[in-house]
Formats: sequence, structure tokens, C-alpha cells
Amino acid sequence: MSSTRREFLQQSAAAAAAVGLLNAERAHAAGAPASAYSGDSDHRELALRAIDAAKAAGADYADCRISSARSQNIGTRERRVTNIGDNETFGFGVRVMVGGSWGFAASSELTVDEIARVARQAVAQARANRAAMVKPVELAPTEAVPNGVWRSPVRIDPFTVAIEDKVAYLLEANAAAMAAGARFVNSNMFFLKDEKTFASTLGTVTQQTIVRAQPGMTVTMISADTRDFQTRQSTDIQPKGLGYEHVLDANLKGHAARWVDEARQKLTAKPVEVGRYDLILHPSHLWLTIHESIAHPTELDRAYGFEANYAGTSFLAPPENFLGKFRYGPDFMNIVAERKAPGSLSACGWDDEGVAPRDFHIVKDGIFVDYQTTREQAMWLDWWYKQRNMPTRSYGCSYAQTWADVQFQRMPNVNLMPGTQDLVWDDLIAATEDGIAIVGDGAFSIDQQRYNAQFGGQLYYEVKKGKITGMLKDVNYQMRTPEFWNAMDMIGGPRSYELGGAFGDGKGQPSQSNAVSHGCPPTRHKQINVINTGRSA
Amino acid sequence: MPMHSLRAIARHLSRAECEAIAKKVLGFSHADECRVTISSGVRANTRFAQNQISTAGDNYNNSVSIRAVFGKRVANVSTNRLDDASLRAAVENAERIAKLAPEDPELLPELGPQSYDEPIVWNDGTASLEPEARAEAVRAVTEPARRAGLISTGYLEAQAQAFAIANSAGLFAYQRSTGVAFTTTVRTQDGTGSGWAGAADNDFSRIDPRALAARAIEKAQRSVNPVAIEPGRYTVVLEPTAAANLIQLIAGAVNARSADEGRSFFSKAGGGNKIGEKVVDERVTLVSDPLDPRVPANTAGADGLPSERVNWIENGVVKNLAYDRFWAQRTGKAPNSAGGTLSMNGGDSSVEDMIKSTERGLLVTRFWYIRPVDPRTILFTGLTRDGTFLIENGRVTRPVKNLRYNESPIFMLNNVMAMGRPERVSASEAGGPGQAISVPPLKVRDFTFTSTSDAI
Repeated sequence: MSSTRREFLQQSAAAAAAVGLLNAERAHAAGAPASAYSGDSDHRELALRAIDAAKAAGADYADCRISSARSQNIGTRERRVTNIGDNETFGFGVRVMVGGSWGFAASSELTVDEIARVARQAVAQARANRAAMVKPVELAPTEAVPNGVWRSPVRIDPFTVAIEDKVAYLLEANAAAMAAGARFVNSNMFFLKDEKTFASTLGTVTQQTIVRAQPGMTVTMISADTRDFQTRQSTDIQPKGLGYEHVLDANLKGHAARWVDEARQKLTAKPVEVGRYDLILHPSHLWLTIHESIAHPTELDRAYGFEANYAGTSFLAPPENFLGKFRYGPDFMNIVAERKAPGSLSACGWDDEGVAPRDFHIVKDGIFVDYQTTREQAMWLDWWYKQRNMPTRSYGCSYAQTWADVQFQRMPNVNLMPGTQDLVWDDLIAATEDGIAIVGDGAFSIDQQRYNAQFGGQLYYEVKKGKITGMLKDVNYQMRTPEFWNAMDMIGGPRSYELGGAFGDGKGQPSQSNAVSHGCPPTRHKQINVINTGRSA
Repeated sequence: MPMHSLRAIARHLSRAECEAIAKKVLGFSHADECRVTISSGVRANTRFAQNQISTAGDNYNNSVSIRAVFGKRVANVSTNRLDDASLRAAVENAERIAKLAPEDPELLPELGPQSYDEPIVWNDGTASLEPEARAEAVRAVTEPARRAGLISTGYLEAQAQAFAIANSAGLFAYQRSTGVAFTTTVRTQDGTGSGWAGAADNDFSRIDPRALAARAIEKAQRSVNPVAIEPGRYTVVLEPTAAANLIQLIAGAVNARSADEGRSFFSKAGGGNKIGEKVVDERVTLVSDPLDPRVPANTAGADGLPSERVNWIENGVVKNLAYDRFWAQRTGKAPNSAGGTLSMNGGDSSVEDMIKSTERGLLVTRFWYIRPVDPRTILFTGLTRDGTFLIENGRVTRPVKNLRYNESPIFMLNNVMAMGRPERVSASEAGGPGQAISVPPLKVRDFTFTSTSDAI
């Protein structure tokens, strides 16, 4: 983004913030309820009571999460608002360990009696689970954090912006799309604010406010003979761990006409010829390929078979055969995990078992060197950390989607680091003789060990002799993870690094959604298998 | 509110409690119209991995959703706090937002009192499945797996939910439902073989953990060291779970409005939709019937509309699409509510017969990571998983490496060679109770596989 544009957006955001504040005052005058979260000594006190009750019932270790989460979604199509929803959910979960076995119970009633009942229920459950125990759970040490406080870096709290401003924003964006000739247009925004208190028997108490925002638009075009329809989703706008300023920066209205034009071009695009092509992948597309083929297989619980019944295992197993030995990609490939990038979806001060996340390399100079861990899982790699003269500690990857779900290992932000050369998207295209450039994420599917994947996108461009020569359609590529990453021969520089991500990453049973970002530059991959997905009904 | 011990029926709001909450909310309301939807209940689960329980959880939750209408302006607010102050605040919030919303030209008045068929989806046994009983069911899998030198992983989830809906036009409904699913994946120690088995029901006593264990163990043992075969078009014998994994995708594409708007498989070239057109083999009938005892569901829909039997496809011909109240009124049709259940008719063949009659083909246990590729044809991609075998000359001869398909359930149901007896299956990828679905095993020709996978 140029500095002029950035300044402009900051000014607009500041102006909008002022409007939002005015409207927020108006909203309160009209009797809007204050936030449910007291953020405060009440929750701290109740969380401590819960772990005391669990200890009294026989728990060796206990933690309690109290969460008050508010979400809001607004959906529109063309000139109409299809949905305005404002939801809050409030409750607590108690996790205990008894003799090396886990138990968990949760309830929406935050009363002293119910806290005691739920704590006892969790302990009773851990005892029931011990009947089938083979190997007791051990936890890696972690530092106590007696008074942790963390907030998402939010400039405009989405819940202080008036509904009519949000509705007007979306309907104006739709009007811009309709004016550009859209046959149909849907737009929406979604916000979440989760205020959570965590306490554990180690003496940790943290209070965090997590905010996320996602604006989006989908444009649909239908061919004149009604035999074809194509959509363009606003995948260049990614969900972020930010406030309403992200919606303003996204500027759906400003992009709408381009998205309409691109959807229109897709109707007359040339069907792709199957074959092998050099692929140039835009960050708005590549983040999802990184998510599926790097972030998931490097989850340690998968490598040990814990997710075999749903999300699957990993081709990176057993760990002793891969750690420090497996070449994931070329020397310039570096994968770094973190939970601190400003505006990223996974950012937090402490994970859901009170551990401060650390940055770590998963792939260093092309070689696979580490997995994602929780306190329980770090112990499984004790031998590896000793070998590397590192302490055996969790990387802080514990997460639960709500108070009602038990926390377990979820991926942090997993990023492909930019190369050292100052290359951007256009440089990769200019260097390509015969290839396909893909923008935006689309279809995605990968097997349960993360070998064989298929991906589509939003836009596919034919590249000949260093130039984009037209649009293609019905493109999907199929890949085998190790070959795909080892076929990477070009990578963008720091200037071309962008953040993509998703709200709805599913794992676990019951399935829980994680929100995670993946930063990356554009890349080029040599001779990847491309199929044509168009068939006639 | 009554407290229950672990051994009692899982906690949920009673009819009287829901009536009281509804009355209270409607009393707080100053809107032209108000609707309140209440759900409450317990989700209880036990997970296992490496032949032992890894995590388990019981959670009780409830939710009250309030819809406020002023003229043509509407908003929805939900909360899970049931004290008077919270309910009053939620009503006020809904009314405040509704007043700020633009007019919705498609808004219809709330439904008046409706009559509902008595649902048959509640089961006391499922609603009182305590952690000990769940652990015992888990041991029925982990013990034989351990004895066989194998590693079992799996998931048991039971839900007991109460649902109520009331509005200012006098409508009230209260219904209770249970659902349970038990799935297991058994792998060999060296990771060269994997087998899956699963079941879903509303009545836990109809699920046999020992039988599931035996099936998954047998598949794990038979699937060791698979060989790679060339991708391409194959005759496939789909076990009921695999068939359901794909057939349920049709239910996600039956929206009448999308069809009429020209952006669906069910759109007709030149305008309108495909009702009355033959789209699949004439032996195929696909229905949603909440009173089907194999796949029962609640009979009150989310907006209060009664859920009744809907025939989507009858003898291969599209008979109905999903009409909400507005689109039904606009197009002169009757609105319908499908109610989370789907079933397909079958035939008198069996998986064994299908194998016997196959010269060369593949036997598929289930599909995985099923994602949309092209909505114009309901084309999806995904992979086989946990038990894929080669059939040669009427016999299952060897395990094969998993394959990725790019296929549509519509093409598949046009290529039916044989159908077996329908059965209820667990067809949700995540292993939860999910939508109730009953389908037959199928033998299908020309099923399109596009690549092989090394994943086991």
C-alpha cells in the first residue's frame, strides 16, 4: 500500500471513529445494554472458586475459563438487508486432571453453586476416564502469570459503531456493484468480541479481550444464455484480529466494480487445457495452501494419532524420522509460527492454558525442525529439545472455541517468510515463460495425512512469455505436499508479504473452529498438475 | 431450576420453563411483532486415542433468540442468560436494532398457531448416557483393538436438546430431540493400514459398539500395504456411509430461489427451475420425512413452519425444491421445511451381491474432505479413506491406495447399477450426530477418480 493511500485510510478511519462514537452515545441513550463483561474482580474471584472447588474434589491440576462473547452479523443482498443478528454467549468451563486423566465440564450458569457442581462433575468424569487409562498425562512446566492483561489492537470497537452506519456501508457497496452491472450481490460483516478470564492452580490469572472482524462480498454473474454462472468472492479482503477500522480499510464499495468486471470476465474465460504448468500463487490464494499442507501436518497431536478419527494423522510421523531430517522445500523456505502479528487472528497474550506463546521455526532453511505443541504435547518431544539444548516448554498453541469446549492443540499463525530478494507479484509473472497465475482462495481439499491436495482460486490468468495474456476458467491444481514445496523456485520479498486467514478452521471432536492467519509472499512452483473441473450437467 | 445428578436425564428446559420464558419475553416486548426461540440441553462426549480416553466433556447450554419487528423492520438478538434483567436487555436491544434497520420488503407477518405432528425423536436412554456408560462403550472398541495389536481412535457424542418457539401471534411449540453418534478409526501400529466404522441414531441402544469395533478392526487388518492403481473412471461399490457422504450434498443445493435466479444446478436453461425434469436414474427417490422412524427429526421448523414429508426427487424426477415462506408466496408455491432429515430408497441387492457381480471395480468405505468445486453441476472433490479395496472377478482381492475424486452426486445417481437396503449412517465428516440420513449401498459405473494419495 502506498503511503498516500495509507494516510487516506487512516484519516477516513479516524473520521468514521468519531461518527461511531457519536452513534455509540446515541445507542446507549436508547437503552443499549452495556457489555456483559465486567473484566474484573468478579470473574477472577469466580474462576478461582472453580479451581478451588476442583482441588477440593480431588483434582491434581485444574483450570477455569470464563468467557463472555458477543458476535454480530449483518447480511445483505442487492438493496435489501437479509439479516441483522446480535448474539451473546456467556459461561465457563472447568478442566481438571486426576491421576493423569483429563475431565472437563461446562455450564452457562455462572453461580457459586453451579461452579461447584461443574467442578465436581469434571472431577467425576476424569475418574471415569481413568478406568481406560494406559499412560498418564504429564504437563511441561510453565511460568505463573498472576495478573495478565491483553487486548486485540483495536482502533474502533465494532460494537460501538451504529447499526445504521454498518447497514449503509454494505448497501452502498452493493449499489456500486449493481451500478457496475452485477446480476446479484451479497455482502456481509461479522464481528466477535470475546472477553475471557483464565485461572489455573499454578497461580495464573489472565484477562484478555479478543476482537475479530470480517467484511465480505460475493458478486454473481449469469451468462446471456443462462447456461453459465460465475461468482467472484472478495478474497482479497481477509478476516483480521482488528476492529471496525478493518471494515473501513477494506472499502468494499471501492472494489465492487472491479469484482463485477472480474466475474463477468470469468463467463467468457477460456477453459483450461489440462497439463503441467508453472503456477504463480498470490498471497490471497497461497495462505490456504500453507494452512492445509504445512500448518496442519505439523500439529503434534496429529503426528501421534490423536486426531485419526476425524482431522487425520500426518505424513510427518513418527517425529523421530522427520525432525531435523525432512526437506520440506528449498533452502530459502522458512516457516515461522507466532501469535503476536498485529491484526492476525491467532494473536493473544496467553493461550488457553495460560502459556505465553513463543515464536518458533517449523521449517528452517528448508528443513523441518519442529511441531506445534501444548503443555501436554511438549513432553512428547522432550528427547528432541534435549538434543537441541532447548527447554521442554509448550509453544502456547492451546485453544478452545468457546467456554463450552475443552481446549486442545490448535495452530498459531503459521507463516511463509519472504525471500531476501526484493521481488513482487509482477516480477514473478515477468519471469515466467508459460504458466498460470492464481488469485484468491477457492475450492480446497486435502487427504487425512496432508499429502494429496486440490486447490482452486477466484481468478486464473494465463501467463505467456512474462505477460498475462488472458483469463482462464475451471482451473484446479492437484499436488503432493513434498513435491509441491520442493518445486517452489521463486519467492516474493518483504514488500510483497500479505496476511490471509480464516475464521472456520475445523479440528477435534466435537469439531471446534479456530481463527488463524497465514502470512506469505507470492511464490512460483514449477510444473504442477492442473485439471479442468468443468463438466456439463 | 431443577438440578439433576449425573445419572438422570440430561438437563434441559421443560415445556413449563419454556412457556414461562416465552411469556416473559413477549411481555417485555413493545414491538409490533415478537418471536422467541429457545433451545437448551446437554452435549456430552467422550474421545479416545491410542486405545485410551483422551478427553471427554459435558456441557449444558441454552439460548434465547428474540426477533423484534416494527412495521417492515426486523432484527434478531440472542443471549444464553435467562435472568429477567438479561432477557429484558435482549428484548430492548432487539427492538433498538430493529428500529434502525431499513425496511425489508420481503418480510412476512409471523405465523399464527400451527398444529404439529408429535415428533418421535426423543429417547430417554440416549438422554441419560453418563460418562461411565460412555467409557464402557469406548472400552468395547479399545479392548479388542489392543488385543489385536492395533491402535483405536474414536468419538462418542450424545445430545439431548429441547426446542421451543413462540410468537406474539399466538404460535407455540415445544419439542425434544436426542441424537448420538459413535465412530472409530482403527490403525495398525506401523501406520500401513486403517479401518473405519461408525453409526448414528437417536436411540443409543440401536448402536452396537462391539460390531463397530469388529468392522473397523477387520478393515484395518485387510487394508495393510495398499497398492497404487491408475486414477480414472471406475465401477464403484459404495458402502452406505460413502453413498451418504455424496447424496447429502444434493440437500444442500435444493434452494428454490437460487434455482429460479439461475445460479444452481436446479436452474433450467432459459429460466425457471427443474421441477418436473428427470435428473437422475428413475429408480431413485429422495425424501425428507421427520416421522420416518429410521431418521426422525423435529416437526417444528426454525420459523415455526411445520416440517412435513417433502419429496425432492421421485423416480428420478425433481418434485420439489426448498421454498421459504417469501419465495413460496412470490412463486405461488407452498412453503416447506425439510427438518434435518434425508432418506433415499433402495433395492434388493447387497454389498456382497454387488461385489460378486463386478469384474473390476473398487469398494469404498467412506469419503473425506468433501468440498465444492463447481455449483453448476454439484461437483465436489474429496478422497476415499480408511478402507478402499480392489474388486476383481467378483472378489475383493487387495487394498488400494486412496484416490481423489472429482464427481457429482447427480452424475453418480445417473450411473446406478444396483441398490441395496437403506440404512442409517453417520455421514458427517466431524463424527457428530449431524443430519439424520438413511441411504442404500450403491453400485455405480464410471465414477471419476483424478489422482492417487499416499495417505493411509
